[in-house]
Amino acid sequence: MAAEKMALAKAINESLRRALESDPKVLIMGEDVGKLGGVFRVTDGLHKDFGEDRVIDTPLAESGIVGTAIGLALRGYRPVVEIQFDGFVFPAYDQIVTQLAKMHARSLGKVKMPVVIRIPYGGGIGAVEHHSESPEALFAHVAGLKVVSPSNAADAYWMMQQAIQSDDPVIYFEPKRRYWDKAEVDKEAIPGPLHTARVVREGTDLTLAAYGPMVKLCQEVADAAAEEGRSLEVVDLRSISPVDFDTIQASVEKTRRLIVVHEAPVFLGSGAEIAARITERCFYHLEAPVLRVGGYHAPYPPARLEEEYLPDLDRVLDAVDRSLAY
Amino acid sequence: MTESTAARKPRRSAGSKAAGTTGSKAGTGKRTTRTTSTTRTAAEKGSDTELVQLLTPEGERVEDAAHAEYASYVADITPDELRGLYRDMVLTRRFDAEATALQRQGELGLWASLLGQEAAQIGSGRATREDDYVFPTYREHGVAWCRGVDPTNLLGMFRGVNNGGWDPNSNNFHLYTIVIGSQALHATGYAMGVAKDGADSGVIAYFGDGASSQGDVSEAFNFAAVYNAPVVFFCQNNQWAISESNEKQTRVPLYQRAQGFGFPGVRVDGNDVLASLAVTRWALDRARRGEGPALIEAYTYRMGAHTTSDDPSRYRHDDERAAWEAKDPILRLRRFLESANHADEGFFAELEAESETLGKRVREVVRAMPDPDRFAIFENVYADGHALVDEERAQFAAYQASFADAEGV
Ligand SMILES: Cc1ncc(C[n+]2csc(CCOP(=O)(O)OP(=O)(O)O)c2C)c(N)n1
Repeated sequence: MAAEKMALAKAINESLRRALESDPKVLIMGEDVGKLGGVFRVTDGLHKDFGEDRVIDTPLAESGIVGTAIGLALRGYRPVVEIQFDGFVFPAYDQIVTQLAKMHARSLGKVKMPVVIRIPYGGGIGAVEHHSESPEALFAHVAGLKVVSPSNAADAYWMMQQAIQSDDPVIYFEPKRRYWDKAEVDKEAIPGPLHTARVVREGTDLTLAAYGPMVKLCQEVADAAAEEGRSLEVVDLRSISPVDFDTIQASVEKTRRLIVVHEAPVFLGSGAEIAARITERCFYHLEAPVLRVGGYHAPYPPARLEEEYLPDLDRVLDAVDRSLAY
Repeated sequence: MTESTAARKPRRSAGSKAAGTTGSKAGTGKRTTRTTSTTRTAAEKGSDTELVQLLTPEGERVEDAAHAEYASYVADITPDELRGLYRDMVLTRRFDAEATALQRQGELGLWASLLGQEAAQIGSGRATREDDYVFPTYREHGVAWCRGVDPTNLLGMFRGVNNGGWDPNSNNFHLYTIVIGSQALHATGYAMGVAKDGADSGVIAYFGDGASSQGDVSEAFNFAAVYNAPVVFFCQNNQWAISESNEKQTRVPLYQRAQGFGFPGVRVDGNDVLASLAVTRWALDRARRGEGPALIEAYTYRMGAHTTSDDPSRYRHDDERAAWEAKDPILRLRRFLESANHADEGFFAELEAESETLGKRVREVVRAMPDPDRFAIFENVYADGHALVDEERAQFAAYQASFADAEGV
């Protein structure tokens, strides 16, 4: 079957539908995921077709949602949980960090935790506070969790399939500002491994590494830089834990320069980890220190200021200039 | 797809009977008389009328019409079964004492004693069926015993050789949970799964009076009620959460909490093994029938320290303990067994010998417990593996190997 063009949100929806169809143990849980289809309509139509036993509107209690999902997983189910917005995951953070992440290790491998936690994240949609944050580093720091974020509809579709099939808990960060971006999705394709990065644009002068919402920005940066005669390579990390350092390393050994771009605050963010590791791995290849572009160490600002806060074309281009000036 | 949905429809009739209307005479009847509870604080401990008791501290059977329904759950209990409950309590206490001693000898890093709570644990534990699933905290050694978990397995985490120590699925006894209240939600989710499977197993979640203050426990109550999940919440109110008394946790008697969530709550004499057994059977039965959750508050007392690191003399008086000693769960059943001629000297002597043997085995097994392999750090972090763990394991191996080289091995 030929690939089909669809929006990223729709791709997740179709992926969830496929999982519900193929495995009776898959459940969808969350606030408003049923009749409403989620506040972003990502679960649209699933309640109608699979019923409230499979697509479960939960009480408004994030710890309860994740805690009961853990219990359901212990009983052999594969819950896919929706946290309505990034800033609301914290009531569930305890369950995720102290329970979900550690259950497999504590049971010496006897118990599996095939739970997916979907979190629409990131800014750029003019939302009120707590609706635009990028807390991925807080999860990636925790052993036992896997953390991924697709940047386009095709990845969103396949990465969701793989996340649901994983026996490990996967935090699946959905770039909400890209929900409506369309791309070709080939539902027959054989996807690569969930935790591999991909070079989405080849280049020779500098590598931009990004994930989720920032991949598109980096591609725009590469376009703009090309007009100035600079050839930038763009790597879509896709996975934040584990990080596919080999792919980044290969790219950096070629371009000799790296900039990591994410929306989350730069300080102790995932870019810091990547900069450190790539410096270790590629010390003699690097022509410039690894640079990072991201959010400030400040609360996510009100919507009228978010364009100042978020990495944009010019901020990334400035970093490109700085790197190339070494 | 919809076909499988239909096939998975729970057999139980969700909400067929309004929660709180069945079998909770004790709870519901009393609740109406307690509406002026603002004048009563939690400090006013449960009166004897609200407490389900089937065996007095003097070891006499209680014939109380108000609790007849619960009593019916142990009406046909045989002398053999009674001796069994006694044996369970004695051996559990012995095991616990042995573990405390082992901690004092430096063999365990910490121990959380269940001394005084044997009846609540053995009564409720023996009420569970093989296919039921139990979610304990960290003090449920007696329940573990009832589930057939080898008690020496409970010591691994306290010795520091693992964070669990048993396969939760082999005895349907989940791992101890240290984060207070978390497991109430796991139990509820598991019970939701039981209902989805159309199975008629019950699930029981244990937690303490302190845990009742945690949001997770309230969330669990609510989820359980909303989904009519077959879960029994078993709160052992041992009066203290480390140094904090009930007054610092709640303004209403804990069993009354259930009413606000829409299911029955009952307070049972937690030092009465018969009443604990009866009330838990009642609650598990109604859960199995699809009548949803229930809360049992087992009113009991932690006779020892919170853990071996605790110093109760800083916050409670000796006379409080003395008063509870008079209500000792083991003594009262012994009195009953003796007065009813259900056990003779031979039984008690044999049990004493069995107890010695258990103590000896526990000592030996603990002392022989090997430290885990150092590479265990990297085992089971993920089910499907993780590149970073692999990389760090390799670094660790190289580091370890460097010592071998240095020693010229
Ligand atoms: C979330 C959390 N906070 C604090 C602690 C430290 N802590 C361990 S036991 C305990 C008291 C628990 O009291 P209770 O729930 O009544 O149970 P008990 O130990 O008396 O059986 C505390 C505060 C913890 N384990 N988890």
